[in-house]
Amino acid sequence: MGPLIPLGIIGENWNNLIALLIGMAFGFILESSGFSSSRKLAGVFYGYDFVVLKVFFTAATTAAVGLLYFSYLGWIDMSLVYINPAYIPSTVVGGVIMGLGFIMGGYCPGTSYCAVSIGKIDAMVFSVSMFVGIFVFSEAYPLLENFYNAGFLGSPTVYESLGLSAGIFILALILIALGAFVMAHFVERKVKKVDY
Amino acid sequence: MEDKSKKYWNPYFGGVMLGLLLLVTFYITGRGLGASGAAKSTVVTAVNAVAPDHAHKSDYYSQFLSDDKHPMNQWLVFEVLGILAGGLISGALSNRLKFKVEHSPKITSRTRLIMAALGGLAFGAGSQIARGCTSGAALTGMATLSLAGFVAMMSIFGTAYMAAYFFRKFWI
Repeated sequence: MGPLIPLGIIGENWNNLIALLIGMAFGFILESSGFSSSRKLAGVFYGYDFVVLKVFFTAATTAAVGLLYFSYLGWIDMSLVYINPAYIPSTVVGGVIMGLGFIMGGYCPGTSYCAVSIGKIDAMVFSVSMFVGIFVFSEAYPLLENFYNAGFLGSPTVYESLGLSAGIFILALILIALGAFVMAHFVERKVKKVDY
Repeated sequence: MEDKSKKYWNPYFGGVMLGLLLLVTFYITGRGLGASGAAKSTVVTAVNAVAPDHAHKSDYYSQFLSDDKHPMNQWLVFEVLGILAGGLISGALSNRLKFKVEHSPKITSRTRLIMAALGGLAFGAGSQIARGCTSGAALTGMATLSLAGFVAMMSIFGTAYMAAYFFRKFWI
C-alpha cells in the first residue's frame, strides 16, 4: 500500500536521498529526450519538432492511467496524494506569464536546469533570471496577495468539474492524445525542417 | 554516417519513462515532480541570509521559513540537484557536453541571451503566481487529473501558441 513515505513504510529520513535519485532519473530522461535544447523545445510552437507534445502528453497520460489503476487495485491511497489546489484566476494569469516566458526564453524551469547541466549558456542566463523573477514576485506579494488567494475551489479533479467519471475522462484524454500525435506527425512532414 | 551517440530517445519512449517515473514518485512520496520550487527555496534562503528581518516580516517568505528546518532542506531542492546530475550524466554519455549559446542562425548570441533573460524573468514570476511551473503545476497536476493542472497546462501552452507568431523571428 502506498504512498510509502506518508504511510511511514519508508522513513522520513530517506526522503531527501529519494528526492536526489528521482531527480537524477528526471534529469536523465529529460536530457535523453532532447529537452536540453531550446530550439528543439520551441519546435512545438512552430511545427518543426513536436517532441514536447509527444513526451509531455505521453507522460501525463501514462502516469494518470497508472494512478487510476493503482488506486483501483488498492495499491495507493489517493487521499494521501497531493492534489494541486485550484485557484483559477492566479493559475490562469501565472500560466499566461509562463507561456510568454516559454516563447521568449525557450525553456521552462526543469528543462533549463537540464540544459545548464550540459553547458548551455542561454539556459544559465534563463535560470539566473528566473531567480530574479521569483524575487520580484516575492517583493510585490503584498500588492498581489488578494489576487493570489482569490477564487479558491479546494482541490477538485477535472473530471468532477466536467461532470464525468474518471474512466470516461481518461479514455477521452487518451483519444485526444492519439489525435494530437497523428496531427503532429502530418504537420512535422509539411513544415520545413530546421537544423539545430 | 551520423554519430549515433548524439541521437535522442524516441519521444514516446521518453514519455513512457517519464510517466512511469512520475507514477513511482507518487507511489513513494505521495507527491509529484517539480522544478521552480527549488528556485523559490534558494531565493527565500538568500533573502533570509541578507535581510532576515525583512524575510520574517514578509507574508510570502515567512511561509517557507521555520525555526527547526533550514529553508534549503526541501524535497524539491534535492530533486533539482538530482536533475543537474542526471542531465550531466545523460549529456556525457551522448557527447553533448559543450559550453555554447544555442540560437537560430538569424539572430546573434546577444539577442538570444537577452530573450533568455526576459523569458526566465517571466517564467520565474509566473511560476510563483500560479503555484508551480510546467513540472509541478502542469505535468504533475495533470497526472492526478486535478483541475488546477489542466488549467495551468492550457494557460501555458495556449499563451505560447498564441504568442508564437510574434516571436517567430527569434526561432525560425
